[in-house]
Amino acid sequence: MTILLDPTSERVPAERVRAERLPTLVGQTVGLLDIAKMRGDLFLDQLETRLAGEGAKVIRYKKPTFTKPAPIDLRHEIAEQCDAVVEALAD
Amino acid sequence: MRSCIESIEAEETLATESWVYAGRSIGYSGAMEKAASPGLPSGVLVFVKRDCPTCELVAPILQELAKKVPLTVYTQDDPEFPDALDAVDDTDLSVSWHNDIEAVPTLLRVESGKEVERAVGWHRGEWEALTGVDDLGPGLPELRPGCGSLSVDPVRGPELAIRFGQSRLQSRRVEIATLEDEMQACFDRGWSDGLPIVPPTEARVLAMLEGTKRAPDEIVATVPPDLVQCSVEKVAINAVMAGCRPSYLPVVLAAVEAACTDKFNIHGLLATTMSAGPVLIVNGPIRKSIGMNSGKNVLGQGNRANSTIGRALQLVIRNVGGGRPGDVDRATLGNPGKVGFCFAEDEEGSPWTPLCADFGFSEGTNTVTLFPGEGPRTLVDQISREPESLARSIAATLRTMYSPKMALAFDVVVIVSPEHARIFREAGWSKDDLRAKLHELTLIPGSEIVGGALGIAEGLPESVREHSIPKFRPDGLHIVHAGGGAGLFSAIIAGWVNGEIGSQTVSWEIKS
Repeated sequence: MTILLDPTSERVPAERVRAERLPTLVGQTVGLLDIAKMRGDLFLDQLETRLAGEGAKVIRYKKPTFTKPAPIDLRHEIAEQCDAVVEALAD
Repeated sequence: MRSCIESIEAEETLATESWVYAGRSIGYSGAMEKAASPGLPSGVLVFVKRDCPTCELVAPILQELAKKVPLTVYTQDDPEFPDALDAVDDTDLSVSWHNDIEAVPTLLRVESGKEVERAVGWHRGEWEALTGVDDLGPGLPELRPGCGSLSVDPVRGPELAIRFGQSRLQSRRVEIATLEDEMQACFDRGWSDGLPIVPPTEARVLAMLEGTKRAPDEIVATVPPDLVQCSVEKVAINAVMAGCRPSYLPVVLAAVEAACTDKFNIHGLLATTMSAGPVLIVNGPIRKSIGMNSGKNVLGQGNRANSTIGRALQLVIRNVGGGRPGDVDRATLGNPGKVGFCFAEDEEGSPWTPLCADFGFSEGTNTVTLFPGEGPRTLVDQISREPESLARSIAATLRTMYSPKMALAFDVVVIVSPEHARIFREAGWSKDDLRAKLHELTLIPGSEIVGGALGIAEGLPESVREHSIPKFRPDGLHIVHAGGGAGLFSAIIAGWVNGEIGSQTVSWEIKS
């Protein structure tokens, strides 16, 4: 038997629990996170129109650059202000 | 020699038998039972080995001493040595190791199981004082230094430390079944970049850690994309897997630190759809001391340090940071250098100051400079003998980098080989002269770079049509001297999204 040392972060692969689904969008606050890729705002404009049509309140956010993770303050702000968030990468 | 072979075999047998692991259900082992420290008898103790001229010299004295004091002899390599004494077999080195014997012969005086006095090597006065016996070895010289104890032999040290329970390592132990191929096991666990890795046994990792003075539990960096705090130990494990020698570890540690700065932004470089990865350029005396290549085939295969240091960094990003191709690494094409791309600058043959000096380090400082770059592209000019002509040649190639219709988005490293550098040297061109000329020659008329120009839709907005656009930022053009002595070639390494929104080149001091 050989014993090796684990080269990884040793994080237990935790299954993420999904947030509870919203039963309705009416009166809910939905965040739209612009990752700062070109023309992503046009896509999010369309989403905003559709979400508003469903009765949701929309708040827009933007990362400083698409190459880095969202700053922790921005993540906290979204978590505090929104019931749901749409974060997606579009190229 | 016979006794040495026997002792090594005996040690290997013991090493196997004394490793007892408490296995857990998921294939990881927890606490190890360690070999206990043997107790010491009272009286005079002496540690010897046959393969030591001083021990041979004092052997007759030991026979005399045995008649006068309670004497216990521990022999490290041959239980039959010394003759006519019933020596204790310490070929497993357990007594020597637990009592910190650094040289043989070593004489101890022990009372109630505790050492109260020690003499190292042969020194008549000390031996007489310790034993209380006068006129020892009248025909011998007054003193004679001993030899190294086998228990501190650098080759055996890590294995002994593990066997005797002194491991300082915290990483989870992973059991590999006897019938499981170690290499395959590492692939199966997702630890490899696609090439075989050196299985990271505890002995190898301990040996790797000898390459640095830093403690194994010291945090080196927070590694993206999972933003995991990475210890010296984890870097050492991945350096073992990459094939590094311990002497490379300080370079790998510096590279991990530099890569994980916000400035270099390894997160973005990993996640990009573009082809780039970290390119490591080493400066300073450490290039020579660890045997790096800065000459022939400098960007190619064949040198262990060049081939493994960059790979170790990438394995840290993969295994500790969790950055894997297809997951956070979204490269459309990638490049072969993403396995690991590291080389040394030829400082000795260079007409210019080294790369690290461009980042504020004094010449002679050990540094690793990280550039976010793709694979090298060869630049051929075998005719130019005037610097102006050669600069134009280089500039014409630089202008096409990524696209002749793109500018200001990407930095570059120009690797000037010795034969090309000679032309600039003979003309008295400094590095700044060459850099300034290249900037000048890569100014692009707006009319040639706007979208639609040259019949290519790609390009800059129409608003720049009346302006000249520099291909590179003022500090975006790096020049390095490297390569073999024959060949009128140079090379360029194209960068990735530069500046604060992307990645900036970082030069980092290598510390021991």
